[in-house]
Amino acid sequence: MAIFLTDQSRVIVQGMTGSEGSKHTQRMLDSGTTIVGGVTPGKGGQSVDFDGESVPVFGSVAEAVETAGADVSVVFVPPKFTKSAVIESVDAGIPLIVVITEGVPVKDTAEFFAYAKNIATSRIVGPNCPGLISPGKSNAGIIPANITEPGRLGLVSKSGTLTYQMMYELRDLGFSSAIGIGGDPIIGTTHVDALQAFEDDPDTDAVVMIGEIGGDAEERAAAYIQEHITKPVVAYVAGFTAPEGKTMGHAGAIVSGSAGTAQGKKEALEAVGVKVGKTPSETAHVLRDLLSSSR
Amino acid sequence: MEYQAKQLFAKHDVPVTLGAVVETAEDACAAAEKLGGRVVVKAQVLTGGRGKAGGVKLAQDPQEALAHAEQILGMDIKGHTVRRVLVTPIADIAEEYYFSFLVDRAARQYLCIASTAGGIEIEVVAHTTPEAVAKVAIDPLVGVDEAKAREIVETTGFPTQVTEEAVDIVRKLWQVFVEEDATLVEVNPLGLLGDGHLEALDGKMTLDGNADFRHPEHAAFEDKAAADPLEAAAKARGLNYVKLDGEVGVIGNGAGLVMSTLDVVAYAGAAYGVKPANFLDIGGGASAEVMADGLDIVLGDDQVKSVFVNVFGGITACDAVANGIVSALQILGDAATKPLVVRLDGNNVEEGRRILAEADHPLVTCVDTMDGAADRAAQLAAAPAPQEQRA
Repeated sequence: MAIFLTDQSRVIVQGMTGSEGSKHTQRMLDSGTTIVGGVTPGKGGQSVDFDGESVPVFGSVAEAVETAGADVSVVFVPPKFTKSAVIESVDAGIPLIVVITEGVPVKDTAEFFAYAKNIATSRIVGPNCPGLISPGKSNAGIIPANITEPGRLGLVSKSGTLTYQMMYELRDLGFSSAIGIGGDPIIGTTHVDALQAFEDDPDTDAVVMIGEIGGDAEERAAAYIQEHITKPVVAYVAGFTAPEGKTMGHAGAIVSGSAGTAQGKKEALEAVGVKVGKTPSETAHVLRDLLSSSR
Repeated sequence: MEYQAKQLFAKHDVPVTLGAVVETAEDACAAAEKLGGRVVVKAQVLTGGRGKAGGVKLAQDPQEALAHAEQILGMDIKGHTVRRVLVTPIADIAEEYYFSFLVDRAARQYLCIASTAGGIEIEVVAHTTPEAVAKVAIDPLVGVDEAKAREIVETTGFPTQVTEEAVDIVRKLWQVFVEEDATLVEVNPLGLLGDGHLEALDGKMTLDGNADFRHPEHAAFEDKAAADPLEAAAKARGLNYVKLDGEVGVIGNGAGLVMSTLDVVAYAGAAYGVKPANFLDIGGGASAEVMADGLDIVLGDDQVKSVFVNVFGGITACDAVANGIVSALQILGDAATKPLVVRLDGNNVEEGRRILAEADHPLVTCVDTMDGAADRAAQLAAAPAPQEQRA
């Protein structure tokens, strides 16, 4: 088992014929993902060769679902077209939609999220995220597959490279799944959603949670952990030195007045017994200590 | 800024008085003359708390407006220099209300916050008398229709004599919010004037940069003059850079990793009395050109004494990053003058470190761990420059 993405997942790539889409389709294939097709309106019936493997292109997501049994879509289409691409996947009944695209207007995300919520058959991850990987099983997005082997840790993070860094620090232990949820103001899957899924996953023993400044997702995660999570959780929060009122790279990473500070998030997590590392490597140490003492 | 928000309000027929935006005290005097003498002179800066800082003043005649403008222009408000003032006629205000639309990140929809106790900081009101603040959730797919506007007005408790006008203004402000792709529209105060009508007396908006492709006209709102020159130069090259006050330049790939790097540098720097100088994310790719551009920007900061390059080779393997750093130093040539501490980790790290070791650049030190590299960079920033040591 793993969360959201398993070895049974049948993945399509919306925007596979674009430069980012094709580059990462190759990488996903190389890491063992079952890619059943690409979707590019107007290019249905063609196929693309990936290192000797021919992947069909469908004209619509509905066709990919009907013909190839697709149940995961990874979205690489440009920001202008992201909303309609996601809505198309929701309409086609795709259960997991992973939106990699960076720079999607908040209004578009708010609308496609509300749309998906009303229909209630799709989970959205992202936008502006690296996607998720269940090592050795499937890889939906841009997380490098060769950092870590399969294992029994879960990881949820707002950030891409920080996710990779943490996977690397703990690569000897390995991961059941790692999910990058993205740093935009509105995201489809939150820390809480991922924590809940890891709690329910029999193949995950402990969870690493990475947060950053902005919003109150980490505070809400802390409240959720207190009520619902029995597995060990360790956390890392980035952005202690971020000045107020400045966006730090991610659109949602901003301290507004006294809200959204790293210190506030750390305190909220520690208040419910979650150990918070000062640096990524210290966080990895904390997790190792926690696992060895609980054995 | 206020005058820009008001321009967008006016575009969608929200009642406002635009007044005159001027950059000199003489023009402020002339504007006051035209507007009937009794005016408010308000600093136009991208921050709140202008009133408390002395950036908003009433004038009884044009001469007083001139004196106030002289005082306000050039003033520093929370790190923002006042370059222009807005001159508007003094309004006859009976009551002040608060009104806003914003993105509710937790609920992942929109939220209207309104209160009849306006004019002061809404956070204070929300804290002391939460029952005086109305919060109404808005479904992004439905928006604010007539029924929702009425719900907002009734929940807020606007006086009955202005109900219809308030409903109309709420709907127009919603148009401002969605049609301009804003993430915040705030009116504070929304004034009830002596003549019984409502008017947006001050406004603030945050526009969603991701939606700029739908709004080429928004580019005019950017305050190029007020931006930090290094930030402006970085932006022109498509780099994500934020200037901070410190000595250790920071370059990394990925926003989260760079934020983390700043923290690690700050911890390490405490022992040496140095701090991180900037945030610079060169993106997941980290090519030679982008690395050269990044180094150029960071080295352009005179305050910087050392640079910490922190890259995790994920999508781009470490050998490519190492080659990028070597080429970047070649591109910069003599312009590269400060010690660089490089920490590479991730895919193909051995090859990456071998490339840097082989290049053996006099300015480059490689350290294997993020914490160790931060410590070294902080130490180098605290030490006197190598030239001085030689002398």
